[in-house]
Amino acid sequence: MAKTKTRDRMNNEINAGSMADIAFLLLIFFLVTTTIAEDKGILVKLPPWSDEEPDITKLKERNVYSVLVNAQNQLLVREQSMRIGDLRENAKEFIMNPAGRPDLAERPTSAIISLKNDRGTNYQTYLEVYNELKGAYEELWDELAMKRYGEPYTDDMPFAQRKAIRDEIPFVISEAEPTNFGEED
Amino acid sequence: MAKFSKKRGKSSPAISTASLPDIIFMLLFFFMMVTVLRDSELKLQVNTPEATELTKLEEKSLVNYIYIGRPTKQNQKLYGTSPRIQLGDKISNVDDIPIFLEKHKVKVPEAKHPRITSSLRVDGEVTMGIVQDVKTKLRKSNQLKVNYSAGKRVDDL
Repeated sequence: MAKTKTRDRMNNEINAGSMADIAFLLLIFFLVTTTIAEDKGILVKLPPWSDEEPDITKLKERNVYSVLVNAQNQLLVREQSMRIGDLRENAKEFIMNPAGRPDLAERPTSAIISLKNDRGTNYQTYLEVYNELKGAYEELWDELAMKRYGEPYTDDMPFAQRKAIRDEIPFVISEAEPTNFGEED
Repeated sequence: MAKFSKKRGKSSPAISTASLPDIIFMLLFFFMMVTVLRDSELKLQVNTPEATELTKLEEKSLVNYIYIGRPTKQNQKLYGTSPRIQLGDKISNVDDIPIFLEKHKVKVPEAKHPRITSSLRVDGEVTMGIVQDVKTKLRKSNQLKVNYSAGKRVDDL
């Protein structure tokens, strides 16, 4: 009884004790609904649309690295079948041509990757191939950045340095219109 | 008042919980900031493939999402079983893409228009035909920044 009396007397303030409970309620609501889903993916710059097909035949054959992915998800790289796992190393050798072989790219700047797929190719396979080709270039950029600036190639690098590296080894990929094999329903 | 302070002084000192709401509010605001309320319900089954060379998409307001996949079980009666495109919360076809892009564009300030990215969330089992149609449409609508959504792969091929 004595306790009630004291409470009555100090009752000139709004009780903020339940504030924590309300905040907790809101907090739990947001905790449950939150999806900290990081959206990651392979960033690609598509070429602008033009009605005429780019003419690849004008290029020297040694500078073109043709990759074909057929509707059976098989890989044909420069007229030879290959496993996806070997693609990265092979592409790196083609681009840099360290041994100066006459059948590989003259310079990294003149190397062009030509990627072609069927309409029936699995998207997963296509993305894996694209990933390997991009990976080959990223590794080369890394190596060059290490050699020149002593740090790996990242987005945190000054823009001028990144540009210098990308000018030295430009990522040029040409995607031809796919052939109509294996189109489903 | 004198009586009141006297009483407090006598009682054993308890840990003050007065700052508890502040702490909770801090957490609350953090979660409110990072929360993105999902606005579109997926009508398609989309399992994005895995890859290693990933880039993180930064500003969510600059991204529009295009889903491609087969309709989920409960939607198969309505939409069939062949791969479809979902824009926002609607199942659409390729010709709706330019309008969809335009609708997203008007919500973004003019200066940021060049940074708009299309995130393609495509099921790994889908064939390239439909993806190619979407890509062609994007190129024709001059939406050239595209992100093939993918998870992180840890093991080797």
